[in-house]
Amino acid sequence: MNSMGFSTRGSNSGGRKMEPKIQLRKEGWVRGFLKLSRNRLSLWGGCFLITATLLALLAPWLVPYPEDVFGAVHFEKPLQPPSLLHWMGTDEAGRDILSRVLYGARISLSLAVVVLVLAMGIGIPLGLCAGYYGGKIEQVIMRITDVFNSIPAMVLALAIAVALTPNLLNSMIAIGFVWWRSFCRLVYGETLSIKQENFVLNAKALGASDFHILFREILPNMSSSILVKVTLDAGFAILVGTSISFLGAGASPPTAEWGIMVAYGRHYLPHAWWPSLFPGLAIFATVLSFNLLGDGLRDFFGVEVE
Amino acid sequence: MRTEAIVVIRDLGIDFETIDGVLRVVQGVSLTIGPGEVIGIVGETGCGKSVTAKMLLGILPMPPARVRSGEVILFGRNLFSMGYREREILKQQIGYIPQDPTSSLNPVFPIGTLMTDMLIWRRSGQRMREYLWMRRDRKRVEEAEADAAELLRKLYIPDPRTLLRKYPMELSGGMKQRVLLAMALSGDPRLIVADEPTTALDATTQKRTLALIQEKIHEGHLAGLYITHNLGVARLLCHRTYVMYGGTVVESGPTGILLENPLHPYTRGLVQSIPKLTGGVLRGIEGQVPDYLNPPAGCRFHPRCESRAAKCEEEAPPMLCQGKDRWVACWQYD
Repeated sequence: MNSMGFSTRGSNSGGRKMEPKIQLRKEGWVRGFLKLSRNRLSLWGGCFLITATLLALLAPWLVPYPEDVFGAVHFEKPLQPPSLLHWMGTDEAGRDILSRVLYGARISLSLAVVVLVLAMGIGIPLGLCAGYYGGKIEQVIMRITDVFNSIPAMVLALAIAVALTPNLLNSMIAIGFVWWRSFCRLVYGETLSIKQENFVLNAKALGASDFHILFREILPNMSSSILVKVTLDAGFAILVGTSISFLGAGASPPTAEWGIMVAYGRHYLPHAWWPSLFPGLAIFATVLSFNLLGDGLRDFFGVEVE
Repeated sequence: MRTEAIVVIRDLGIDFETIDGVLRVVQGVSLTIGPGEVIGIVGETGCGKSVTAKMLLGILPMPPARVRSGEVILFGRNLFSMGYREREILKQQIGYIPQDPTSSLNPVFPIGTLMTDMLIWRRSGQRMREYLWMRRDRKRVEEAEADAAELLRKLYIPDPRTLLRKYPMELSGGMKQRVLLAMALSGDPRLIVADEPTTALDATTQKRTLALIQEKIHEGHLAGLYITHNLGVARLLCHRTYVMYGGTVVESGPTGILLENPLHPYTRGLVQSIPKLTGGVLRGIEGQVPDYLNPPAGCRFHPRCESRAAKCEEEAPPMLCQGKDRWVACWQYD
């Protein structure tokens, strides 16, 4: 039948009509997925992230001890090691760590979303304008970007978060406000090369507006670079977010946030390893998964992102 | 018949400001295009043909480019004194066919999206709010899609509905050029500017595309500005031809007469360098297009000219009349 050992489509089951058996090219999404899944590590990263997202979304129905997430206290069972009742043990106030880690995924993933949306919202328009218009506009925007670039992201975000009264939302805003600079630089660089393309010239000759040229001709052509950047950055954003919470400038204690859980668990560390290990592992796995997926996407699209 | 000219360019000079200095790319170019008239600009690569056309279309990047002198009158209005908005509206009446069809369509959208975007943008009166409003209106989009299909059908594209779903990379060069032609014709233009539209195509596709362009220009009684380095193409399409060299017009006249009886030494050289199927060694023109940073004094062609005289190095020749509509810039005919 099929000497090449490939799967075929379009063969008929009746066997009456002899249709030519042709190896069809896989189309669209199927082809993309197959190509991407050749990178095993990236596939694992993607699978982990999908699972984590599902767990985070379904957390209210999944967690064994919902009340423990919001600061319930059980002083009768503090720091219990992992058992069948508490798979990840309990913390110093007797709260179930598994429940808190699952809820923490909600916070961390939404942090990534808020930070990246904010960063893209500021960085992409600025980068497009700087690259497209050039001249004075470019100088002003890119020099401001350079100023932001010269201060380490973590330090600046920490400073802004503290200045805006430390809480979870403010830490997200602070990180987003620091993060736009890298999008600005990426988009700026891509714009410089895409604006030279003939289709931009043609659009201009047909009477297209600057807005159209920026957002409909130039921007879609760098969507793969932006997608890769978003994936790679999501991990780092979570890392910075949890670090800020760890240092006490983010979420406040009863919140089930991974950074805080590590921070409070570390006081009992040599003996009770579970209160800090499991949230730490969650951070580690999430950040690693975003990086693996981002690497895979980068190879897949063949783009260079810093 | 000769009513108001579509385009009048008088003594146009365009400079490019670069790190090395000011490049005087276009100098003293004058040309007119009457209604229903197709004129050709021929010349070597880098002699200012495209720059002239792009200036007319308003797509010349300024800076580095800068108009130094002259005036351009487009549809009876002065191009340099009109406002930005008026200029944008006026662009609708010019159809532009770009040089390289393979890279002139945005690769990330299907043809249908590209065409409906443009059609709706024009219908909205080129106003952003109306455009965004109309782009969301399902009925408007379907209407625009039907019009796009109609435009493509007029260019003999079989099954235009399917084509609208395809991405530019799925089409052949000739097909892309037809899509671009459809887009150029979509605004009911009065003037078509074609910048070597067939150089990227193979010989047979080139012939078909040319026939199509010719047909559409005749059908709509359009004026045309056709830029090419192929003299055969110019002969086929253009009523009158301007020969450009080094940013100046060296000769102009009715295409047939100009090619059969070239007056300027440069035109003679061009005609002699057309490859013939019978083979034989070509008699080309020695040397290269001048360096615009330090253009030769006097006639810009004199370093390559076979019949140069002392005067050529000193003073640039004016356009001299040699019969009806026949002009040449060479001291030989003084």
